[in-house]
Amino acid sequence: MESFKHFIDTISNPTILFTSTLIIFFFIFPINDWFDKWNRRLKLYVLWSSKSMVIASILMAAFFVIGISDPDFRSIVLKPDNVPISGLIFLVYFFTWLSMHQAYENDAKLERGEPIDEQYDAPNDKVLVWPDLVYVEFIALILCSAFLMIWSIGLPAPIEEPANPAESPNPAKAPWYFLGLQEMLVYFDPWMAGVVLPTLIIVGLIAIPYMDNEPAGSGYYSFKNRKMSIALFMFGWLVLWDMLIIVGTFLRGPNWNFFGPFEYWDIHKLEALTNINFSEYIYIKWMNTGLPKSIIFREIWGIIVVLGYFLILPPLLAKTMCKKLFARLGSFKYSFFIMLILIAITLPIKMYLRWMFNLKYIIAIPEYFFNF
Amino acid sequence: MLEKFRETQFYKSIFRGGGVPKSRRQRMMVVLNSVFLHLHPVRLPKHAVKLKFTWCMGGLSFFIFLILTISGILLMFYYRPTIEYAYTDIIDLAEQVPFGIMREIHRWGAHAMVITVWLHMFRVFMTGSYKPPREFNWAVGVILLLLTLLLSFTGYLLPWDQLAIWAITVGSNMARAAPFVGHEGPGAALLAIGDINFVTMGSDMRFALIGGRFMGEGALLRFYVLHCIGLPFIIMIFMAVHFWRIRKDGGISTPV
Repeated sequence: MESFKHFIDTISNPTILFTSTLIIFFFIFPINDWFDKWNRRLKLYVLWSSKSMVIASILMAAFFVIGISDPDFRSIVLKPDNVPISGLIFLVYFFTWLSMHQAYENDAKLERGEPIDEQYDAPNDKVLVWPDLVYVEFIALILCSAFLMIWSIGLPAPIEEPANPAESPNPAKAPWYFLGLQEMLVYFDPWMAGVVLPTLIIVGLIAIPYMDNEPAGSGYYSFKNRKMSIALFMFGWLVLWDMLIIVGTFLRGPNWNFFGPFEYWDIHKLEALTNINFSEYIYIKWMNTGLPKSIIFREIWGIIVVLGYFLILPPLLAKTMCKKLFARLGSFKYSFFIMLILIAITLPIKMYLRWMFNLKYIIAIPEYFFNF
Repeated sequence: MLEKFRETQFYKSIFRGGGVPKSRRQRMMVVLNSVFLHLHPVRLPKHAVKLKFTWCMGGLSFFIFLILTISGILLMFYYRPTIEYAYTDIIDLAEQVPFGIMREIHRWGAHAMVITVWLHMFRVFMTGSYKPPREFNWAVGVILLLLTLLLSFTGYLLPWDQLAIWAITVGSNMARAAPFVGHEGPGAALLAIGDINFVTMGSDMRFALIGGRFMGEGALLRFYVLHCIGLPFIIMIFMAVHFWRIRKDGGISTPV
């Protein structure tokens, strides 16, 4: 049992958790034909069978039931405001399964030339709202109310000590739905993690229908013809949003240090903070001179790297990997799309630079609060 | 007895058709004659009533919004948004009201609504329902998602306990770092004439948000007003547009 707990603690370290997710992810949600080929060869699509769902749900439930017996796990999972996130884990898994299950089912039906459930012969195949829809809604409302009432009777809303601006709790956490953003604060300055990135998430979400604007593939679950858009969305939603929330909620303890789910939240846990900036790498480690006084000279290398990333990669990709995409979207939409993707990718890039090289900022101009 | 009541002038004046709607025509008239059911079309494609397809998450989000509005109004009777009373009013609510679960309904409902809105968006994405001609309604939906999160965020401060103020402190400290409009954000130093900075601790985004330099009376009142009046007002406008556009864009999405 102890060794099992230790194993879980070890693999839930962000470095291992994130790396393994990153490797497996696009095989499970193949982003292009190459990944799809491997998905079929490895038979990963069995994940969307009914049997897999039952097995996975039982395993997840068992993990929680066994975990509850551990005092450290219990204290974090049963914290009233964390209960919804435990629920979220199950719901997100179930609905991901449900949509992918139907998507593969529909794809197979269409391949065989059979009609899918959502196809209908208007206007003969229509049903009346009263009673067919109203009745479903009515049952849903009753179940939802009953569920909320039982939850409310069973679990009192949290109320802690009266507010005291002089005494900050450790760790101080944002509401759970913003913990993904707070987790990004580890790798980005607040102006990026708290302002620019959330704005871009909103802008990016709004932009989706203008990038992926072919009416085909709407109105039913499908995967085959929408591989890229679904894989990208899933990556953003499941990995960059939900997983970061779960890490931020369950795995971040005092001083925002990482703790495994079965680990005691020790305030005195020591973690070496030897992060240094790119300019310090260049001038101090490699060239063995001190940092230059002028900000421009000091940061020129970082600025070159960042500008190169954002200015050279898009045309390069348009000529090579993303040729078809460029042709379909045109230069304006393509640039917009690729910029959003590149900015999103800076998050994993910065994570790895931090873990592997202890790199803090690529451009660091604290004089003007501009750190990237 | 009930049948007889349905034939009275009184009943018929409220529900125009009178009687139990049995024929196809009567059932259509039920929807057409009701201001509430009018949200729906009269007839739907058959997959629109299947839970497997819709997950019912959009409808539940709206329903939970209504629950939150009602329980929120009840809570407003007992809650005073001042530093003196806010915390003790919440304690009173928990200790003096036998079987009181309004605050629980409100808090867990808020969490549930965040989740149902996310899942609704997820469903709409997975069925490709954001594609033309529904792209604008997707954008409205994104705004509704943002407003839902802001509503939940502003409500988080109101109990005025440690959990509340420090969660909001973490959140609102981000505003301090907003480019140009936060006093610790990149570019803020450029907005100055000589030595006089325009964006300071007393004039930046964070100051506007929490109504002061520190988390205090100003923040509580601002969040209270936003939570109870400001954001619900805005979200209702967007919701109206959202529902209207579902109908105008052709109802629930169907395969082309």
